[in-house]
Amino acid sequence: MATVQVSEAEKVYILHGVRDDLRVDGRGCEDYRHMDIETDVVSNTDGSAKVSLGYSDVLVGVKAEVGKPRPALPDQGYLEFFVDCSANATPEFEGRGGEELGLELSNTLYKVFSNKQSVDLHSLCISPGEHCWVLYVDVLLLQCDGNLFDAISIAIKAALFNTRIPKVHLSEDEEGGKEIELSDDPYDCVRLNVENVPCIVTLCKIGHRHVVDATLQEKACSVASLLIATTHRGTVTCVRKFGGGSLDPESIFEMIETGKRVGKALHTPLMELLKEEESLGKKRQKVGFLG
Amino acid sequence: MAADMRLPTRREEVPLQGTFANLVVPGDVITTDTGFMRGHGTYVDDEKLTASVAGEVERVNKLICVRPLKTRFNGEVGDVVVGRITEVQQKRWKVETNSRLDSVLLLSAVNLPGGELRRRSAEDELSMRDYLQEGDLISAEVQNVFTDGALSLHTRSLKYGKLGQGILVQVSPSLVKRQKTHFHNLPCGASVILGNNGYIWLYPTPGQLDEEAGGYYTSMEPVQLADREVISRLRNCLLALAAHKVLLFDTSVLYCYESSLSHQVQASVTCHLPVNEVLIETRGHGGGCDGDTTPP
Repeated sequence: MATVQVSEAEKVYILHGVRDDLRVDGRGCEDYRHMDIETDVVSNTDGSAKVSLGYSDVLVGVKAEVGKPRPALPDQGYLEFFVDCSANATPEFEGRGGEELGLELSNTLYKVFSNKQSVDLHSLCISPGEHCWVLYVDVLLLQCDGNLFDAISIAIKAALFNTRIPKVHLSEDEEGGKEIELSDDPYDCVRLNVENVPCIVTLCKIGHRHVVDATLQEKACSVASLLIATTHRGTVTCVRKFGGGSLDPESIFEMIETGKRVGKALHTPLMELLKEEESLGKKRQKVGFLG
Repeated sequence: MAADMRLPTRREEVPLQGTFANLVVPGDVITTDTGFMRGHGTYVDDEKLTASVAGEVERVNKLICVRPLKTRFNGEVGDVVVGRITEVQQKRWKVETNSRLDSVLLLSAVNLPGGELRRRSAEDELSMRDYLQEGDLISAEVQNVFTDGALSLHTRSLKYGKLGQGILVQVSPSLVKRQKTHFHNLPCGASVILGNNGYIWLYPTPGQLDEEAGGYYTSMEPVQLADREVISRLRNCLLALAAHKVLLFDTSVLYCYESSLSHQVQASVTCHLPVNEVLIETRGHGGGCDGDTTPP
């Protein structure tokens, strides 16, 4: 990931600030930076969202395609994740530079979503064992300024909320062959229930405390961080630890509790915002990428 | 816990005052007169002098240049810069100063502890990393500009040297106004170094200066919470001003700081802050932005 250099004295300043619950940008330890969320930004996807968190900028597009269900789960559709690290974000991503980070991010996303609750995969089934919807979730990193996981998870939730899957009918001809018929009306769509889609909260251990939504400078001062994915009810779907440092069990427990609390509190304003945006309908002023 | 989520809004257009005839964007034809010379930021297309960057046209006799708004730092002798050490080499440090090339700080161009007239021995050369190591921030002055544009720095004054605790804010170099002094002890309780290279250093106002250490002593004592709040607020003010392309100098920073006092520290970084008002206010007090320099 994009790294910054921080001198010893700057580290001390950040460390003491975290101790006093006043971070460099004036936030408390459990505060997020300002977030801008816009959905329906890419017209050739079934659902898309752009989230900017501080100077981190993430674009997510969801494409629904008809595919074959996995043999083990014949009556379910599935999600595919792909994270593309654009060299626009940081020159380090040039060539194959971003590949490793992209793989790490998408692997984590698979883990976060690999449970029965987050998305109702049964609703993606068209005909068991033969056809199902496959949702390709493509993440594009446009700018990196720390805390990519949280931004990506929020963008995915917003994009899934925005996703409209066209309605299909199965018709059978006399010989028993099945055929998928697409509805003629382009507005005849199915929406996904995104209520249970988890949000990721990354907690960085700095000194004896942990902070939410660390900037790159704060990340440089932290030895270990914990990623916690929670649903709006506070159910933890995934926990991962990053960084070379070690965490003692007690602080892990504390961090999970904080993560749950923060994660739960993250869902409410997000859903409110998404509903507000939808209620604006066509009146909404589209900002897109040049606003 | 606070999560501030919002729908993005289009940036409001700032009402421009005065004439801005000398502002160009890439591709704009500056002149069709062939009697002019092609300077930085311009090219000749079809015998027309065209701008290759967005910025302000400057004319010196027959030479036409465009000074870009967003740029790397083009140093001039005497500029105050804030930079970060990237490499320790033999007899010199490499410093990142937002220029196109890394700047150099020669061992002979620094004040070492123990007086100005000290000879630099081989031992000094070996212990260079004790004074400044990779990642350290320094304030310095441009001593010399090489032909390739690389800068040679010096810290031979007590006001320059290693920087201690504080916050670095990075903005475009074109936003920092050239002034007599770039070191300011602001009355709000913090100090600021407005580096000409767009690196701005915010730090708590130092008490008694320890002259013995020659600027290489860093205090690791915790900074007071009140000072921290002021510094964080200043940081957010600087970013807000830079986002609205307001020229940065002590007055504009102070006006912004004062008008931010009715908001929370955190709020000033987001669009809550009425930066436009600040901008107009600053202009009213003879500050001016962009079009400040009178065309020749």
